[in-house]
Amino acid sequence: MNDHHTYLARRTFLRRTGLGSVALSSLLQNSLRADTIAATPITTGQRHPAKVKRVIHLCMAGGPSHLETFDYKPVLEKLDGQAMPASVTAGQPIAQLQGQELKIMGPQHRFAPRGESGLMVSDVFPHISGLADQMCVIKSMYTEQINHDPAHTFFNTGTAISGRPSMGAWVMYGLGAETENLPGFIVLTSEGGGQSQPISSRQWHSGFLPSRFQGVQMYASGNPVHYVGNPAGVNRSQQREIIDAVATINARRNQERQDPEVVTRLAAYEMAFRMQASVPELTDMSSETQATIDRYGCVPGDGSFASNCLLARRLAERGVRFIQLYHRGWDHHGGVKQGVETTAKLVDQATAALVNDLKQRGMLDDTLIIWGGEFGRTPMAQGSGRDHHIKGFSMWMAGGGVKGGLSYGATDEFGYNAVENKVHVRDFHATMLHLLGIDHQRLTYKFQGLDFRLTGVEEAHVVRDVLA
Amino acid sequence: MFANHRTIRCLTRTGLVLSFSLCINGSNATHAESVPEKVRFNRDVRPVLSDKCFACHGPDAQTVEGGLRLDVRELAVDDSGAIIAGDANASELIARIMTDDQDLVMPPAHSHKTLSAAERQVLKDWIDQGAVYEQHWAYEPMRSEGLDEADSLTAAIDHKIDARLSEDGLDAAPKADPVTLIRRLSFDLTGLPPESHDVDRFVNNPSERVYSQLVDQYLNSPRFGERMAIYWLDLVRYADTVGYHGDQNVSQSPYRDYVIKAFNDNKPYDVFVREQLAGDLLSPPNRDQPSQEMLVASGYNRLNQTTEEGGSQAKEYLAIYFADRVRNVSQVFLGSTMGCAQCHDHKYDPFTTKDFYALGAFFADLEERGVYGARDRPPMIPVPSEAEHKQLQRFDAQLIELEQQGETLRQQLLAEMPAWEAAERERADRPQIETDHLVVDQSPSDATLSGDWNFVETTFGAHVGSKVRHQQSDGLVQHYFEGLERPIVVKDQTTFFTWVYLDPKNPPQAIILQFNDGDWEQRKVWGSDAIEWGRRPESYAAYRRAGELPETGRWIRLEVAAQEIGLKPNATINGIAFTQFGGDAYWDHTGVEHHDGRSEAFLAALSTPSDQRDQSQTTRLQDAYFAESDIVAANSKSIEQAKADRASFESSITKTVISNSVEPRTIRILPRGNWMDDSGEIVLPAIPEFLGTLEVGDRRLTRLDLADWICQDDNPLTARTMANRMWKLMFGRGLCESVDDLGGQGTYPSYPDLLDTVSVGFVRSGWDVKQLLRSIVMSNAYQRSSTPSAEQVSADPYNTTFARQGRFCLDAEMVRDTALSVSGLLVEQVGGESVHPYQPPGYYAQLNFPRREYEADKDENQYRRGVYTHWQRTFLHPMLKAFDAPSREECTAARARSNTPLQALVLLNDPTFIEAARSFAERIMHEGGAEVDSKVDWAYKSAVSRAADPAIHQTLRHVFESNLERYRNDTQAASALLSQGNTASDGQLDAAELAAWTSVARVLLNLQETITRY
Repeated sequence: MNDHHTYLARRTFLRRTGLGSVALSSLLQNSLRADTIAATPITTGQRHPAKVKRVIHLCMAGGPSHLETFDYKPVLEKLDGQAMPASVTAGQPIAQLQGQELKIMGPQHRFAPRGESGLMVSDVFPHISGLADQMCVIKSMYTEQINHDPAHTFFNTGTAISGRPSMGAWVMYGLGAETENLPGFIVLTSEGGGQSQPISSRQWHSGFLPSRFQGVQMYASGNPVHYVGNPAGVNRSQQREIIDAVATINARRNQERQDPEVVTRLAAYEMAFRMQASVPELTDMSSETQATIDRYGCVPGDGSFASNCLLARRLAERGVRFIQLYHRGWDHHGGVKQGVETTAKLVDQATAALVNDLKQRGMLDDTLIIWGGEFGRTPMAQGSGRDHHIKGFSMWMAGGGVKGGLSYGATDEFGYNAVENKVHVRDFHATMLHLLGIDHQRLTYKFQGLDFRLTGVEEAHVVRDVLA
Repeated sequence: MFANHRTIRCLTRTGLVLSFSLCINGSNATHAESVPEKVRFNRDVRPVLSDKCFACHGPDAQTVEGGLRLDVRELAVDDSGAIIAGDANASELIARIMTDDQDLVMPPAHSHKTLSAAERQVLKDWIDQGAVYEQHWAYEPMRSEGLDEADSLTAAIDHKIDARLSEDGLDAAPKADPVTLIRRLSFDLTGLPPESHDVDRFVNNPSERVYSQLVDQYLNSPRFGERMAIYWLDLVRYADTVGYHGDQNVSQSPYRDYVIKAFNDNKPYDVFVREQLAGDLLSPPNRDQPSQEMLVASGYNRLNQTTEEGGSQAKEYLAIYFADRVRNVSQVFLGSTMGCAQCHDHKYDPFTTKDFYALGAFFADLEERGVYGARDRPPMIPVPSEAEHKQLQRFDAQLIELEQQGETLRQQLLAEMPAWEAAERERADRPQIETDHLVVDQSPSDATLSGDWNFVETTFGAHVGSKVRHQQSDGLVQHYFEGLERPIVVKDQTTFFTWVYLDPKNPPQAIILQFNDGDWEQRKVWGSDAIEWGRRPESYAAYRRAGELPETGRWIRLEVAAQEIGLKPNATINGIAFTQFGGDAYWDHTGVEHHDGRSEAFLAALSTPSDQRDQSQTTRLQDAYFAESDIVAANSKSIEQAKADRASFESSITKTVISNSVEPRTIRILPRGNWMDDSGEIVLPAIPEFLGTLEVGDRRLTRLDLADWICQDDNPLTARTMANRMWKLMFGRGLCESVDDLGGQGTYPSYPDLLDTVSVGFVRSGWDVKQLLRSIVMSNAYQRSSTPSAEQVSADPYNTTFARQGRFCLDAEMVRDTALSVSGLLVEQVGGESVHPYQPPGYYAQLNFPRREYEADKDENQYRRGVYTHWQRTFLHPMLKAFDAPSREECTAARARSNTPLQALVLLNDPTFIEAARSFAERIMHEGGAEVDSKVDWAYKSAVSRAADPAIHQTLRHVFESNLERYRNDTQAASALLSQGNTASDGQLDAAELAAWTSVARVLLNLQETITRY
């Protein structure tokens, strides 16, 4: 069904300009950009100005313990080693602690107020603490899925059912990209500091949306993007010649066929050719100053989270719309004290450097930074670690349109249930889309007879209190 | 008209493109606003009500607003005044949709839905004309009008389409040129481009007779089944991995091969459906067990995603698998989307939540688990090929022969037995136990140690000596020794022992003793199943369950008899491992005892006079007697070897998941789909209530009952669903465009009558798929050009009238197959385990449990068709993914069709396509004649089946010449290009020339014409 409408648009457009749909969408983007990014593609009414142009999602995969990072619970300290009140846990979903005695474990790291706002952040984040007055920490997140794979799927797509578009794909569908040389949705991964849980490409898939909206994964070794390098023994001018010959013959044949896809194909080859140059340029970080590299604390291009943060800034500069960095290292079933400290060390400095770098370059105002995992961890001990926990956990945001130095919502005294200003994953999605200038109820796509949206059929609310 | 009507509905979707099309092409939109004169409910009214009103005034009984339902005439047209039949102006509904009052207007602002002027007019006209309702078209009985009068289904197809075109005043497109036509036919029926000799034959004589012969040839080719499988496997979400979490491999390729064979054998569709849903409940004539084929087919029920993630709750995942299955069954066989009814009554179709759970209850008898053990998805069966089957028979024959030899030997030896018994009686008084102490206070000195041998002194003392090994952990921990210089030799009666003390305050969940006889596959387990090594549902030598944990707070002797962990006399043990999951354990004195005396039972038998012994006593003595005979031992050894060989061979045979029926579990309606809520009503298997009820007496309905109902000739959904999808494969779009949803939110068919005609024809043929396809491809409609005229573009932009053919990019698998076929690399072999084409290294780096490195095939499997590619659900092969192949996590009835830079990068740079280009170049040089010009012509024609015109010729020739020059000057570059892929390039050919032709071949493999079905 949806093919129709692209088809129609393309036909009409082609008749006038002879360009393909890729060029079309970028052209539209350019004109929208001129108009200000406030112009979202929503059909009628209820447009609102966008606060940010792009999202950088620092996905802390594995489920960071909120109780060792951003959600300080002195009661746990007092009751350390005692039994968890059954009234709190009875009938609740539970993962690896099924059938075991549930004992409270106190916070394993010291907390202190940071910045002028006095936001509580634990000692494991000396650098992120420095961002306190720019961060909005939501302490009342909750989700519906207790195992890693479905929980990630839920956080990225709004449902645990496979085959639905990821939030990055939704944003691409709604806004397109601002680059003609790179994919608009890019995914980087790193690991270290804890058990590396698998991450499925479902997390950045376009689902039933057209595949041009899918996230493209970049790699630290080999080709940064699959097949972006010329075959051995073929140089750039030869590649150009091949593409030109393909275009010439396609055009020749199309005098008879009159197939608009041919024109689209031409544009696709042109972008592919540009990507063959722009991707290596992107990943060649030799132009970064030593001072910058030191701030991130990275060896550029080594595939670490720190290197990926630097790359994320370069992607943002080049007009990439949705950037996702997965760090697979937060699943601390055992040894949560040391584990959190180790993993934090791998992400702390670079996270802060990224935010500060964007700020310095005047880009933080139109960037939304999201930091957090697919769930939190239990107040109850699992040996020396903590189990998965979905009823309350913390995430933070920073950047355009978000109040800095704000602690929003709260869990109960045990850090178990989100109780005050609860924020469901769907609410989070609605808020993110709102900041991008999109009404989550109107970003829909027809599939199997239904109008699907990222926020699904249940109620979802923009969390207005966190908006600047 | 309704084509345009659809346009409007499509345009209500959001998106950049919309605003654009409105401003550029406003006239088109205006054109579409006109209203049909005689309103038909299903065609004109239902789409409006369904899209704009039913969410609040429809079938979902939970949310009927203001007590008004508009989906049932009796509820809508009543005293409330919402609809006054025949009088729109008096109807409240019309007043509410026409009003300017924001508080009253329908649909309300918060719904974000609005009615266009045309849509309001439709509702008005409809009420004025009497507000006549129709049941949703897909639930109405199929009508056979037109089929009875026509000579054939083909004639009926053309008759209906021609009549419609003439009614609409549209000209049909001319017949496609022969090259286009044979390429289309070949791609549609075999998934591959036509062979040149077939092209020549048809171009020279494009007659109906030759065309018809080609149709038969293609339908009878084994490639047909492979091509059809691509589509069917999308529907049933076939893949080679489990999908969730670690996305581990699961073996089910025999199911894929079953599908290919079913299409090739032209298995009637109803049989095909029955075998998949209930193959395990069927049996061939005169047999009472399902055939292997039926069991393999029943694997369909097990193709859902599954998990082995630690910490998963079985009950939750059973609910997930349940819902997955209901979604898939309803979509695959009934063209219905029941997914919404998991949580609430369907808002747009008459499916209730109860229907959802009742349909799922048909599958409650499947043997399955919520959380599976590592790499294990029982029940599975081995599926031997014919050759493997013969080999198994040879093993069996050999075993029988060896056993007979043994029997003869033993009969001969029995004569000497009385003398042996006498000797045994003499030595019966000297039983002895020999003990070997392995660990007391210190570790074995002549072995390699691993883990933490943490010797400590304790407050509660040691069992022997003064020190014991303390081990403590949150998870799995062990210490062990291996490589004993003087290994322990197992005797007739050997028992291992160790002493353990478990901390009562913090006991482990499980402990394991494990023994190394070359491998560590000998275990005995106390406590829970927390440790996964060797774990299986049943107890066996590599996971022998001893029951509960030993008592805590005191020293306990753990014993392991050599026999119970599968150790035979003379086996040698070089290591023992002490493992626990969690908790605090203290390990002490470890050793082994050999009882060299005879057992009580043996002595009792020996002292019983031979004529008074019972059978077991006789056997016991004979066994002991024969055990001392070297010849018998040699025979036994041969038998064991033969059995082991057979078992090892059998384990190499591909397995597949199957259905197995067990006691059905209780199915409850889950309120809001919540698996933790047990308060819902218990439901029994039933078909959706609005479609009827199945009468079978008192017994519970089975999957076979469901299959039988689906395959009833008059089931309104089954034939329509399948016939519509077959039409889509042949035209690029269905007669009902929403091939995934024939329900209320689907599209109204552009040819409802024709869809019925084709569906009824399909049923009447005995559900004959090949005949259905033959009827379609023999039609004039199928053979038309796909190039639209200007008139067609404006009057029917989406080709709902089928005045012309469709045109579209080939499916991902076919893009691959085409390159391999043109290049001559393609290895055609039907069936077998999935294969591994080249793939960028590190692509699976995000996977874990276990971590894995993809290994591309080095043999001819590298060049198999795309349908055999290893289907990794969470990381689908990047080439397939770029060309829109689905992950197969859910049912896909229509693949997306995109046109992206990533596709360009694949065709330009993927090693598969580079190697194919080089191989193609070798063909060009060998088969393309002597001259550059003849080679260019031959190459172009080989790729796209038609002659190059001068401009194309010149372009290709230029690519050849300029690349030749470059490669003459840079031989290293030439050899780099030529050395890609597993196959070596032809060393007899001039490298620079071959590299230059490779460049030409790359151009050809990238052409739109090469990868498009026109």
